[in-house]
Amino acid sequence: MTKTTRALMGATALCGMAAVAQAETLTIATVNNGDMIRMQELSSAFTEQNPDIELDWVTLEENVLRQRVTTDIATKGGQYDVMTIGTYEVPIWAAQGWLVPLDDLPEEYDVDDLLPSIRAGLSVDDTLYAVPFYGESSMVMYRTDLAEAAGIEFPEAPTWDFIKEAAAAMTDKENEVYGICMRGKAGWGENTAFITSMANSYGARWFDENWMPQFDSEAWQTAFSDYLMLQNEYGAPGSANNGFNENLALFQQGKCGMWIDATVAASFVTNPDDSTVADKVGFALAPDNGLGKRGNWLWAWSLGIPAGTDAEDAAKTFVAWATSKEYAELVAENEGWANVPPGTRTSLYENPAYLEAASFAEMTLESINAADPQNPTVDPVPYTGIQFVAIPEFQGIGTAVGQQFAAALAGQKSAEEALQAAQDLTMQEMQAAGYIQ
Amino acid sequence: MARAVSTRRKVGYTIAAWIIGLAIFFPILWTILTSFKTEAEAISSPPSFLFFQWTTENYSTVMERSNYFRHFWNSVVISLGSTVLGLIIAIPAAWSMAFVPAKHTKNVLMWMLSTKMLPPVGVLIPIYLIFRDVGLLDTKTGLVIVLTLINLPIIVWMLYTYFKEIPGEILEASRMDGASLRDEIIHVLTPMAVPGIASTLLLNVILAWNEAFWTLNLTAAKAAPLTAFIASYSSPEGLFYAKLSAASTMAIAPILILGWFSQKQLVRGLTFGAVK
Repeated sequence: MTKTTRALMGATALCGMAAVAQAETLTIATVNNGDMIRMQELSSAFTEQNPDIELDWVTLEENVLRQRVTTDIATKGGQYDVMTIGTYEVPIWAAQGWLVPLDDLPEEYDVDDLLPSIRAGLSVDDTLYAVPFYGESSMVMYRTDLAEAAGIEFPEAPTWDFIKEAAAAMTDKENEVYGICMRGKAGWGENTAFITSMANSYGARWFDENWMPQFDSEAWQTAFSDYLMLQNEYGAPGSANNGFNENLALFQQGKCGMWIDATVAASFVTNPDDSTVADKVGFALAPDNGLGKRGNWLWAWSLGIPAGTDAEDAAKTFVAWATSKEYAELVAENEGWANVPPGTRTSLYENPAYLEAASFAEMTLESINAADPQNPTVDPVPYTGIQFVAIPEFQGIGTAVGQQFAAALAGQKSAEEALQAAQDLTMQEMQAAGYIQ
Repeated sequence: MARAVSTRRKVGYTIAAWIIGLAIFFPILWTILTSFKTEAEAISSPPSFLFFQWTTENYSTVMERSNYFRHFWNSVVISLGSTVLGLIIAIPAAWSMAFVPAKHTKNVLMWMLSTKMLPPVGVLIPIYLIFRDVGLLDTKTGLVIVLTLINLPIIVWMLYTYFKEIPGEILEASRMDGASLRDEIIHVLTPMAVPGIASTLLLNVILAWNEAFWTLNLTAAKAAPLTAFIASYSSPEGLFYAKLSAASTMAIAPILILGWFSQKQLVRGLTFGAVK
């Protein structure tokens, strides 16, 4: 054996060893919001604990992310090892066998500590398919100073009638203060989510038990008429174009008396760096109509692992870390308890430090606990989901229906015409999809 | 009198051109200004135009959070790669269509252009599956190929238009002098069509740089260009307009500077043959 041959063999062996020692890379698809970005920033703690795992982040806008990860998982593209998905995707994807079941998480993860409604939303047949990173419901955020000036005392659990009175009392259009801000922008995750949740509290439902659309029901007509009245009489101008961000900006600028939206907004509107009304915000449960159902939704951004990933064990290690109690403590240590991702664990709401730092904590927990995705409205339904219907066709139908709602709000058609159009298009799509013979 | 009317008209046209130019540029200017505001100022109503507390904090946050240079390098490779590959294919194609037209050349040109009328999402799944099977997902090579194919009809059309303006007799003369086909295209045709080729090149670089459907859908972490960099700062739940504006400014700055320095070439090329 010549020296050259020996050297070559040695180099080859070295390369082989280096390849074995090479770290495993996890590609994580995530959305751009404060909590997710914070996780990205704090992930060095994970890689220090797990030097054999490297993290590659793909951060995208929510709708782009949804399109991107759906394409990838449906075609088994294998681009991602961890995906950020919501309570809408999890049951559908799990039923398709696209997600790795997470039934073998370590004992110290304490899966029983997850909030029951959130855990149920991420499980199929009692098997967990994604772990929640943060959870949210919806609630009323209101201006305590305006309420006081108008002589209104907010109850913890208001009715829609009270909301109408409060909106009228707080509206001062001359000074650009609008009694109520609500989502009007078309989209299944925008106005459709809000109006569906509101309609639930009026006893309306998307489908009866035979999947027949119900937009021609009296409950839908009453709920939608009230929504339009509130928006038109006491809402901000151009509300048909307002989604979460637009209403957040209005509220932070002191232009909304009330804002009914995601509980996650509570930390934004009470942040004095961004909000001009940070110390003048009160919280109440989403309104009801005396029928035993509140108009609040349930959502959890969660981490799921696509079936077929070649880094399943590393991915499980990561998702367990990112949604653990240990991670919550890490956030608290670096950013304060108020910035810990909310709405996932019971223990967080038993933590006095968190309860003291987050004035909205109790209301967030109550709102999440009040949500029941299995029984979203008064009458029985054949689907799960509160602000959505967990069927693959819903994204398309929900957006088309949202466009009808927005058209009515913009004055392009009447409430009756919009509901009739929603009824017709939903019927057509459900027939085409084979739900109705 | 005639001169006075002409001067007045000239002034009118100049003012109109400036107004239109500023109106077109205003969204970019607004984005740049917003990138120097705080998040609170970015959403303030009424908005402040110039009198706000200028800050470069958004830029430092963006640089800290994202690997800008990796996205930038991917954009450079993808846009230049697809342009060069496109020109290598398009120059001979346009030559044959301009100087040796067949019976159905016009139909072929129209057919090529008609492929641009197809909504890209219609072919997303087939292309995604092909890319998955040949291992081109999240690779710069894959994006160079797909962007070349997407922009090829435009490149061929533009070059065809320029080549049609070149007298065929010059090429004929070179053939008489013994030039081969290769020599004819490389040493005779190409130098004469430099303005046209240059403007085609610039336009294609701009189109490829800004392409945001395929570059978002076929990439993940490794080959993602600046379009993905911008998309990572957009959020429907959270106000990050100032950071989004900073990311957008950083993404468009290179192509804006390129466009600024090459505007004469670009305009000359685009108006080549417009006035006969």
